[in-house]
Amino acid sequence: MQLNFDSPKPIYQQMVDEVKKALARGELSPGDKIPSHKERAQMSQVNPNTVQRAYQEMEREGLTETLRGQGTFIRNDPALLQNIRTEMAQAAIRQFIEEMRELGIAPDETERLLRGQLYKEEG
Amino acid sequence: MTGVTEHTQPNVIEMTGVHKRYLLKHALQGIDLRIKQGTIVGLLGPNGSGKSTLLKMLAGLIYPSSGLIRVNGREPDVRNKAHIAYLPEIDHLYNWMTVKETLSFIASFYRDWEADKAAQMLDAMNLDPKQKVRNLSKGMRARLKLIAALARNVPLVLLDEPFSGIDPSSRSAIIRLIIREFRTDEQTIVLSTHSVKDSEPMLDDVIFLRDGRVHIHDTAENLRMEYGCSLENLWEKVYA
Repeated sequence: MQLNFDSPKPIYQQMVDEVKKALARGELSPGDKIPSHKERAQMSQVNPNTVQRAYQEMEREGLTETLRGQGTFIRNDPALLQNIRTEMAQAAIRQFIEEMRELGIAPDETERLLRGQLYKEEG
Repeated sequence: MTGVTEHTQPNVIEMTGVHKRYLLKHALQGIDLRIKQGTIVGLLGPNGSGKSTLLKMLAGLIYPSSGLIRVNGREPDVRNKAHIAYLPEIDHLYNWMTVKETLSFIASFYRDWEADKAAQMLDAMNLDPKQKVRNLSKGMRARLKLIAALARNVPLVLLDEPFSGIDPSSRSAIIRLIIREFRTDEQTIVLSTHSVKDSEPMLDDVIFLRDGRVHIHDTAENLRMEYGCSLENLWEKVYA
């Protein structure tokens, strides 16, 4: 796991995103057991309170569920993968739009450039 | 949400207007500090900024020239030491003892010593109980010192430069052990260090000392957001 301490994104959020990316890439699947937050803290040498916060966030977002006495699991929900992919795609698009805006490129031009690029890559 | 507990946790350490004057040096120049229970706190600063003095004072080994200190609501002194584990920067181990003898010797001073845990940690740290302290590398001695501090069941652990001058693999082993043994809700660890880069991932809160004063004190997360960089880079800005 690559954590970036120079990033403005909080560490616990980076840890949540890592799990989402692992799911999107198929390295993790719904129903998989993941390490306890204590184990995760040791493995990544990250502050246990920070890891706990990441785990709480994943649970809050419905990404994981904790079964008493059994551990933490990726929620076994078929819609989960699709939701995560959509969510991450939208986040990437928002960032792209933001960067275009910062470059002073108007929406219609952004759209034209994007289409051109997509078309070029397909062709 | 249990994560909120860190905000509602009581202060384990309270210092108000603390000064320490030596004959030729004004080591601490008015320290005001509150440290919450359940956190790992990094005490950062260059040589001579007062880190060791502050830790010794919290351990009850030296007394302030003026000001007020409370550790768990009590003034640190020899009796209070029973509730505080302190790892000194100096090497306090006896060369002629074995690793096992060292730990039994230290254990004899404390009622809260957990022998099972000490044995587990020896194993995890690849220390041979029969080895003489004299034959240990610097990194291995540092590991042994850390075990001596972490095998105690105490609310406050003070570590003075736990990974200064040791090899990267020992440093990494030490950080792993601290994280593993940290009792999240009931314990507080304050550690002084120069190795900001290595210790950054393990810290909840950070204190930057400068010339015997608290220059910055905040959560690591807040500082990274406020300054837009890692603690390592913030260090460069603070002490440049």
